[in-house]
Amino acid sequence: MHTKMKAPVMNKTMNTRTFKARNLAVVALALFSTLGMSAHAEEEKLMHANNDVANKASLQRGARNFANYCSGCHSAKYVRWNRLAVDLDLTDAQVKDNLIFTGAKATDSMTINMDPADGKSWFGKTPPDLSLIARSRGADYLYTFLHSFYLDASRPTGMNNVVLPAVAMPNVLWELQGLQKAVYEGKTSEDGKRVDKEFKGLEAETKGKLSPEEYDEFVRDTVNFLDYVGEPGQVERRSLGIRVTGFLLILFLLAYALKKEYWKDVK
Amino acid sequence: MSTETNNKSGASALLGWIDDRFPLTKTWKEQWGAYYAPKNFNFWYYFGSIAMLVLVLQIVTGIFLTMNYKPSADGAFASVEYIMRDVNWGWLIRYMHSTGASAFFIVVYLHMFRGLMYGSYKNPRELLWIFGMLIYLVLMAEAFMGYLLPWGNMSYWGAQVITSLFGAIPYVGTSLVEWIRGDYFISDITLNRFFALHVIALPLALVFLVVAHLLALHEVGSNNPDGIEIKKNKGADGHPLDGISSHPYYSVKDFMGFVFFALIFAGIIFFEPTFNNLFLERANFDPADRLQTPAEIAPVWYFTPYYAILRAVPNKLLGVILMGLAVMIFFLLPWLDRAKVKSIRYRGWLYKGFLAAFVISFIALGYLGMHKPTPALTNAARVFSTVYFAFFLLMPWYTSVDKTKPVPDRVTFHAH
Repeated sequence: MHTKMKAPVMNKTMNTRTFKARNLAVVALALFSTLGMSAHAEEEKLMHANNDVANKASLQRGARNFANYCSGCHSAKYVRWNRLAVDLDLTDAQVKDNLIFTGAKATDSMTINMDPADGKSWFGKTPPDLSLIARSRGADYLYTFLHSFYLDASRPTGMNNVVLPAVAMPNVLWELQGLQKAVYEGKTSEDGKRVDKEFKGLEAETKGKLSPEEYDEFVRDTVNFLDYVGEPGQVERRSLGIRVTGFLLILFLLAYALKKEYWKDVK
Repeated sequence: MSTETNNKSGASALLGWIDDRFPLTKTWKEQWGAYYAPKNFNFWYYFGSIAMLVLVLQIVTGIFLTMNYKPSADGAFASVEYIMRDVNWGWLIRYMHSTGASAFFIVVYLHMFRGLMYGSYKNPRELLWIFGMLIYLVLMAEAFMGYLLPWGNMSYWGAQVITSLFGAIPYVGTSLVEWIRGDYFISDITLNRFFALHVIALPLALVFLVVAHLLALHEVGSNNPDGIEIKKNKGADGHPLDGISSHPYYSVKDFMGFVFFALIFAGIIFFEPTFNNLFLERANFDPADRLQTPAEIAPVWYFTPYYAILRAVPNKLLGVILMGLAVMIFFLLPWLDRAKVKSIRYRGWLYKGFLAAFVISFIALGYLGMHKPTPALTNAARVFSTVYFAFFLLMPWYTSVDKTKPVPDRVTFHAH
């Protein structure tokens, strides 16, 4: 309902911006070809999320962040609300009151109300389901991605991202983080005939509501939640693994002793 | 039953009743209970029985996966996630199956390497080797088709690329590709037929071939690290002097091997089921998308040595031929090897050198096949491919001129 009402306004804005962007496209392409290359190299140097899926308080905060900032556009359709409640030590009522904005029942999965076709027309690409995003991209990538938006007038959203150039998603966290701008350094080409812009990094343009440290924590919790969502059973898997390998270790010692005993006869 | 009061005589009476009608005791004795195997088996002789264990594991976990998997383009990806999240113990069964696929290849590669080291393919074990190679071929087909079933984006594009290779064949190529896919591209139809082949046709062939492999083995007798025919030295009781009954000796030894394997297997399943994105690749957590290829299409690690050979050849048809040859040439080993001795222990430095170079090439090609080719890496792949084929093609020469050592009459064995 909420998104439906907003739709026409948003649609119009996007179209005007897209039109402007098209005029700039050729110029932008030339300007940012260097950036594109350094951005690719940047992909290899991701920041470390250092998240801990066993930390339930962090997962609860992450779920809140996801509900507030992501779930308007992104579903997590393989996750069931009541499974989430059990894993995060929440009651079904708590989940219903704080996390579910769609009128879904606790037994439903985390779907959204936005029509995929609308999403495609507003953003140029249907916002992907995030159930497995942490598995297909990795927590470090997501952590870096949410730190790497910067101002770019050539993009329809006015934003670009270092790790995902030409990203369709606007920076929904800009109020928290503050705006960032890309810093370039002029570099004279070898023949001395032109000056290339070399991407140096990102720099804060405006202050956000959160301090940089608070923002790191905010993103870490959110990524932690996505990591959990990618494989909800992973904490259980590891704890069971310790018991299973412990058992097998003892069984191996017994099997070894048994073999030794029988092979005494073999001369 | 009238003999129910005396359980022991009841059981043996039942066994006698069966044995009069079916060779149960006879088969058990011939195949394992009184099958005399050389007593000097070393570490490398665990992998045959472990391969059987993995086969059973794959069949059992596969049956349970089939109960919740949906073989359709619309439902496959979601049904795998359903298994991972909502089915009781589904994640464990799925990880056992996905890790089992890679474990199968690791174990089979080590088993084959054992054969290369100790000349296990040589007379009289040529047919045993051929059955083994057929198992390997069916296993490759089984793994390839199974990889499509999760319907992830790498599943999809991997199948698209590999099936398209048949298109390089002149005249019939295009029709052949369509015939295999049942469509102009990988689609729901392809998924359905791959499912049928993966869950029934190929496993059936695999089990049949494993039985043939074992029958042939127990007929000719096992080779050993010394490459000596233990049947040449028999005691008064008619059993080989260097042999011991498989049961109980190798029963308890193989059981120890099973547990050791299970320990490593469990370590992977519970702590690193994607095996650093090698056993389960990142791109396969995105659903199949016909309009979007993964950043890099590469087959799973166990096919990458052959994939590297394919990419190293500039001509597509020639590449496909050489890739096929790289697999098939193993069949010819019994006739390429002219050495008088079997085991590496009594071979000269030429064979040892070529075998070492071959192993290094195989691993290097496997590594190169996983990574984006650059001109330098492609050249490296060409060098390693040449070494790979040289191992086989030069074998008649280097095995006949190689200086071998005299082989003792009896096996080397130190009591444990």
